[in-house]
Amino acid sequence: MSADAAAVTGGARLSEEGLAVERHWRELASRRRLYTWGGIAFLVLAMSGSLWFANETNAGKFFDRLPYFFGFIDQLTPRGPLEIWRAFWDLPSPYDDGSLKFNYPEGRVYFTETLYVPEYIYKMVETLNIALVSTLIGFGVGFVLCFIAAKNMTANRWLRFFVRRFMELLRAFPEIVIAGFFLAVFSLGAVPAIIAVSIHTIGALGKMFFEVVENADMKPDEGLRAAGGNWLERVWFGTVPQVLPNFLSYGLLRFEINVRASTIIGAVGGGGIGETLRLSISRTHEAKTLAIVLLLFLTIVAVDQLSAYLRRRLVGDQAFEFGRGS
Amino acid sequence: MSVLTQAERDALVDRHPDVFSQSRGSLISKGAVAASVAAYFAFAWWFFSIGTVFSEGRWDIAGSYLADWVSYESRPDIEFGEKHLEIDFPRFDPAGNDPDPEWLAKETAVVERTVTTATQTVSGGGERSSSNSLLGTIGGEAAPSGSSGGSVTSEADSQVETLRQEEVVRAVVDMSGAGAIEIVPGLVTVTRGGETMIADIALDEAVTVRGELPEWASQKAPGAKVIVSFGFAGRAEIEDDEVKVRHRFLGWENFFFDANSPFWGKPAGEVMSLLTSGERVDPTRSNLAVACDNILYNSEWQHYDVWLKLLQTIVMAFAGTLLATIVAFPLAFMAARNIMPNRLLNQASKRFFDFLRSVDMLIWALFFTRAFGPGPLAGISAIFFTDTGTFGKLYSEALENIDDKQREGIRSVGASPASVQRFGVVPQVLPVFLAQSLYFWESNTRSATIIGAVGAGGIGLKLWEAMRTNQDWENVAYMVVLILVVVFVFDNISSTLRQQLIAPKQPK
Repeated sequence: MSADAAAVTGGARLSEEGLAVERHWRELASRRRLYTWGGIAFLVLAMSGSLWFANETNAGKFFDRLPYFFGFIDQLTPRGPLEIWRAFWDLPSPYDDGSLKFNYPEGRVYFTETLYVPEYIYKMVETLNIALVSTLIGFGVGFVLCFIAAKNMTANRWLRFFVRRFMELLRAFPEIVIAGFFLAVFSLGAVPAIIAVSIHTIGALGKMFFEVVENADMKPDEGLRAAGGNWLERVWFGTVPQVLPNFLSYGLLRFEINVRASTIIGAVGGGGIGETLRLSISRTHEAKTLAIVLLLFLTIVAVDQLSAYLRRRLVGDQAFEFGRGS
Repeated sequence: MSVLTQAERDALVDRHPDVFSQSRGSLISKGAVAASVAAYFAFAWWFFSIGTVFSEGRWDIAGSYLADWVSYESRPDIEFGEKHLEIDFPRFDPAGNDPDPEWLAKETAVVERTVTTATQTVSGGGERSSSNSLLGTIGGEAAPSGSSGGSVTSEADSQVETLRQEEVVRAVVDMSGAGAIEIVPGLVTVTRGGETMIADIALDEAVTVRGELPEWASQKAPGAKVIVSFGFAGRAEIEDDEVKVRHRFLGWENFFFDANSPFWGKPAGEVMSLLTSGERVDPTRSNLAVACDNILYNSEWQHYDVWLKLLQTIVMAFAGTLLATIVAFPLAFMAARNIMPNRLLNQASKRFFDFLRSVDMLIWALFFTRAFGPGPLAGISAIFFTDTGTFGKLYSEALENIDDKQREGIRSVGASPASVQRFGVVPQVLPVFLAQSLYFWESNTRSATIIGAVGAGGIGLKLWEAMRTNQDWENVAYMVVLILVVVFVFDNISSTLRQQLIAPKQPK
């Protein structure tokens, strides 16, 4: 593929201009090669430096810990394949020795004398509700803010600037800090998780929304303006009908992300399945852990599939860009 | 632009009734959506008992926690003796080790008093009692450690003697212009905004306020302690044996040098001149070295540790994303239907990606924390596993959407299968791949902070520890600022690089 080969075997002599073009091409190619190798060398260096640093500052060195890793996998193997099933549905275990490890039925949440919901499913529902409530709150507030942040809807530069920076701050502020702060105020529970996830969602959805609004067709808006419509009417009748499918699609995408986020926040004290999972892993309750992981896995897959289906119905394939947004 | 007249509008409405009067069905469905959202919120209100949680929230503490982000308190206790006062600062008070701040004016006189000396063996009680609550104990008030007189005397060898010595007999606390507290044995005078409150102290018996309580003071029962508030400047609790002053100052205290440093409390100019031309504080090292050391190992702000942990977070995101890119790259070729004809292999690798992705980053983080111990290795592994799944999916989708002409062209000249991929496929998808990796690198910087808190190391863990104590909110603020800066910088790097990759500027 090299140019020399072509020049030699091709036989035809190049004109003055042709040679200049070839020289230029070679120059570009060699510069390109230099950049490529330089980039690769830089990445290799950065990578080895990073790994060395990570290994050095870890609580245990990688190769020292590797045996523990396999030991841990061993610890996670339940005593019988049915144990996971029993832990999942809170059925009594034949290995029950009174310890926390096998007390599956104690977690049952009874509705009536006999009708109960297994603990983990209840916790999962709690987490899903955290995600849903925060997505709805974020959707509502983001919906209001995005029109103020959009260039084509708000003429006042300063107002726009202020709203955009505000949403950026909400988005970039670590969720964990908001959750930690409200955990200190409210003590443990789901409310801090709702607040933290909502605040982040407002920022994230607000940004996506105003980008959609800025790409909207302005003709309906102009028509309404010509008919004497005020700002609210222009937004409500001119823009909202165009952007609503996109908004809903982003909202659904956010819901997927929020299910994961509220699980994580749960693990640091925000209630729900995350907390249960963290406790169960740290206490090495193998069957319980695997049951929770299975449940989480199934839920996340189901939510992803449902949301993908709905989004495809709403806006077609265009909504499938990078999975988790900012 | 012209505005329609009323007649024109009416004509329009008449001509297009379907637009202007909505069908009943659409109205009902809109109403149903609104009603179900409202009903859901009502359900959520009940399900999470939001009302109760809000009413039980410790809002008063929330205010002081928030104030802690940008300010600090100095907490002297002024104890009453028979004829003198004793001023006591808790250990690690921001005012320093041997505090004599300007805002606390003292007047001394020679006083005769009887003293009971006792040789005390103090068993140091735990300063921070740990509890099962994840956030640690939440003290009713942010109680200064060490001020509670709970020291245990195990062996008291006491004797009484009379001393004549110089003691503090009058103290005036200036609350930064918001008011002042004048304290003499048996009498406390508080002034705020022109109002004065005088309280008589019967030692160890009661606090009696002369006249009516002003608005800014409160007393639960006659004789009980009086709490005086100065707004942001702080507050004071007047008890029958001491006055607890909580004086708040704006700023981050001792940010560069802690109280043990020789540079502590000196103005910036003096520190600079000490650094450049001053006499050596420590004969073995230059002043600059001492200063750097003091700053890095500042006991309160722990700059070195914070920066190290921040670097860990950055490294976690970088190494995890890069590893995932490297591993997902070949796997994506395996999963792409148009490149690998083996359907079974396609499906197997796609399901494998789904598995990695759907077992959430949190679960991987918890697993690897358990396996590797807390630290960045767990974080790297968690990001690596999750993102291998994500990248595999995204990459294989990109591969399935490539333009086939280039591949055919290369194949038609008889190139080997490897060359077909290298020259026919890779140039098309590489910019997309890299752009996606960069995008996730950026978002992983954020995720790494969060999974850090469950034990995967980095600044997240440090942040979480600082929050648990409920006393180091200023450190939390410091770390948040650092995280925001890092996220901002990486956002910009990543989006600049991505723009270069996807739409490179034409060279001139």
